[in-house]
Parts: sequence; C-alpha cells; structure tokens
Amino acid sequence: MAAVTLGKDLVGLEHASAEQIQLILDTAEPFKEVSERAIKKVPALRGKTIVNLFFEASTRTRISFEFAEKRLSADTVNVAATGSSAEKGETLVDTARNLEAMRIDMVVIRHQSSGAAQFLGERIRSNVVNAGDGKHEHPTQALLDLLTLRDRFKRIAGIKVAICGDILHSRVARSNIWGLLKLGAEVGVCGPASLMPRGIEELGVTMLPHIEDAIAWADALNILRLQIERMEGGFIPSQREYNRVFGVSSERLAKAPKDLLIMHPGPMNRGVEIDSDVADGPHSVILPQVTNGVAVRMAVLYLLSGGSPEWTAPKTGDES
Amino acid sequence: MHRALTRMAAEIVEQCHGTDGLFLVGIQRRGVELAERIATMIESTEGVTVPRGKVDITLYRDDFETVGPRPIVGETKLPPSLDGKTIVIVDDVLYTGRTVRAALDEFADFGRPKRVLLAVLIDRGGRELPICPDIVGETVPTNASDRVDVMVSELDGRDAVELVRED
Repeated sequence: MAAVTLGKDLVGLEHASAEQIQLILDTAEPFKEVSERAIKKVPALRGKTIVNLFFEASTRTRISFEFAEKRLSADTVNVAATGSSAEKGETLVDTARNLEAMRIDMVVIRHQSSGAAQFLGERIRSNVVNAGDGKHEHPTQALLDLLTLRDRFKRIAGIKVAICGDILHSRVARSNIWGLLKLGAEVGVCGPASLMPRGIEELGVTMLPHIEDAIAWADALNILRLQIERMEGGFIPSQREYNRVFGVSSERLAKAPKDLLIMHPGPMNRGVEIDSDVADGPHSVILPQVTNGVAVRMAVLYLLSGGSPEWTAPKTGDES
Repeated sequence: MHRALTRMAAEIVEQCHGTDGLFLVGIQRRGVELAERIATMIESTEGVTVPRGKVDITLYRDDFETVGPRPIVGETKLPPSLDGKTIVIVDDVLYTGRTVRAALDEFADFGRPKRVLLAVLIDRGGRELPICPDIVGETVPTNASDRVDVMVSELDGRDAVELVRED
C-alpha cells in the first residue's frame, strides 16, 4: 500500500481524497498536545521559511497560521496587500517570485479572487496553502470543522450537518460540503433563496428551506457569517429581517428533537445569524474550533513540507 | 523476554536508589509497551505506583530532509513538567542512538529532569552518536544490513526478538 501524501499544495478539498483528509485529521491529533505544553514548540520545520501572503482582511486565520508555523519552529514573514507592492500594481506571480528569490519554502495565501491559490501553486516551486480564495475554498477552515465534529461525535460518517446562512458567498460552505460528503456525512444547506447558489442540490446536499427545518433535521449546525462586505445589496431586506427569519436563537433550538452542536467559523455577527445565548451556550464549540484550527494547520504544514521533489515549474511565457 | 525485563526492572530500582521521583518514558511504538511492563513489575515488587509516559520523537528527527513523505506522528504523553524527576527512557532496540538524542531534545521542552537513564531491551551496536545505555536486556552484535525485530504480545500477538539477516 502506497503511503498517502498531500502532494505539493493544499488548494481545496474538492479534489482531495477521503484518505488525504483522514491523514490530515489523524496528524492533527498529536499536534493538539504540542499547544498544551509549557514550551509550545517542536523543531519539525526548523529552518523553513513561510510567507503569509494576505491580500484580504483576516485576524483569526492569519494568527492561527502564524501560531501553527511558529509552533513548528518555522520562520515566518507576514505580507499584507496594503503597504506592499501589490498596491503599486505588481502581479501576484511577480510578488511570489520575488519572495521565492529570497529562498522561501512555503506560501500561505489569502486572496479575493477564486482560484488564486491554485494559480500560484502551478507557478512557483514553494508549497502553497490556500487560506481562502474568493468564493472558492477555505480548506483549513473545513478541516478544523471536521476535526471538531470528529472530537464530539467520534466519527464523521453518518452525522447530519446543516450549513446555514450565506451559502452563495461562502468558501467555508463549499470546502465543508466537499469534506463532509467525502467522509460520509450527510449535508444540509439552509438559507434565503437569494443566498443559495443555483444547482447546489447537484452536489448531493439536502435542501432545508427554513431554519426550523435545519434544526429539526441536523445533529450539528454550522452557522455561517452573513458576509455583509461581499453583498452589493439586494440579497436580503435587512440584517434585522435576516435575524427574524434565519437567526439561530435558543427559542428555536428548544424545539429541536435533540441537543445540536453549534459551530460558527467566525467572526460572528451576534444578533444577526446567531444569538448571543446560543453562541455562548453549553452546546457551542465555537472556541474549540479555534483551538483545533492551530492543530489542523500544523498538520497541513507538516505534511506538505514532505514536498514533492518531482515538481518542476511550467515553461510558459505569459503570466499576469 | 520476561526474565530480561524482570532483571531490567530490578536494575532500574537499584541504579535510581529506589523509586522516588522515578518516571518511565516509553518511546513509541514498542518502547511504550515495554515501559508499561517494567513499571508494573516495579510496582509489584516495591509496592508503589510508578508514573509513566510516552514520547513520539518524529517531530524531533534529524533526517527530515531525506525521509520523503512525512512519517505518521504518534502520541506524546508527558507531565507538564519533568523538573527534578529521574527519567528512565525505555526502548526496544538501541542502534544509532539518534532516537535517544531526539528524545533528550524533546525532554528539554518539558523542563529539567534531575537525571535521565536509558534502558533498552536489545543493544545491537552501531552507534553514530555518543550515547550509552545504562540498563541492557541483551547485547546482540549485528551488521548494518541486519534487522532486529522486537515483537510484543500487546501489538504483535507474541513476545519475540528476531534477528533477520539479509543475504
């Protein structure tokens, strides 16, 4: 049996195998322990240089990656779009190639364009990890969600997870749907029709038109953030209206046939998609999700650093 | 194997002048089972509880650049602080000494033990680092091409040590 490897990059879960996802989750287990130590550091990536290339705002993900990198003893550099040459019109590939000329080993990229991570991974030698690209994927968020679900249910196969809210703009939803389906979970999606991508049923998910349907159906709710900054308007009448129709409240949860696990990728809009007493309630695993995020990212960086020595840069002339 | 482990258990107590502050650490995989058995033996002869932990040294290896795909990492279970403890590292086979070097580095991240001893079931020679065991079950001279397989009933269904010669 050939050993399962991740290859050079982690772009998304759509093209990852169940075995690869399983490998990442299993590898994350021992890394949880590292973060509980007094000296939270292992030398596994000593001497590796990792660049966190963030073209889009992020607190949690960037800090989580940085903790993961530092706890593996890698050297890290953070590059934000504002204040960098990207503002002067430098292309993504030129930025990355200049970084590579300074002998880096990995790039963690967040970008507003879908496909940016794959585009970059195909053009540079360094390992590329997608930390969120446009509306495409956010694989490490889905992996930490999977790890959190597995912690609580001791399995993924057979559990019912309802992803609620702004599915249309959500890379978290897409990565979660693929990851969950590959590991045998049942996936439901719930949200306003205006925030539901066309043809989503074809992925093999259950449509849950009302939040009450999701609460009655699911074992766990993954409540997405209403992405106000991505909406040019017209998707929903108002945040208040959204809360009235789709907000997860303790009154609504009280009608559920069982206790539901409550997840949210953050940052939360309290009082919009989730009420405070639910977010802070006994079944919320929102903070354990954050803790697991560091372990999952350590696992991904560790596994990718095994590399794929056979990779060679494509010989194409034009990139822009 | 049982006789060798019994003798090793007695030697550990002797060399540590009792069981005060004694802490056994098994190295993943087979060392964990051996440490467990030795601890149980000491407990029955001395009438005390012997704390034990386990360590996976994968993340402390010195050959990451050459091993190819990343090896699976096992569980490490050590107390938050090893300060002042007498640690006995237990492993199945001592060969190059690189695993022990890695374990010593890992302990350093958990504090400053008073003393660290090394107990191995089989010493097969072939050291590449200045590391010397304190307690040995049996010394078996080997060639570099040989393989020494230690099997324990907990994992392998039987207790055995096999020297495999590649001709």
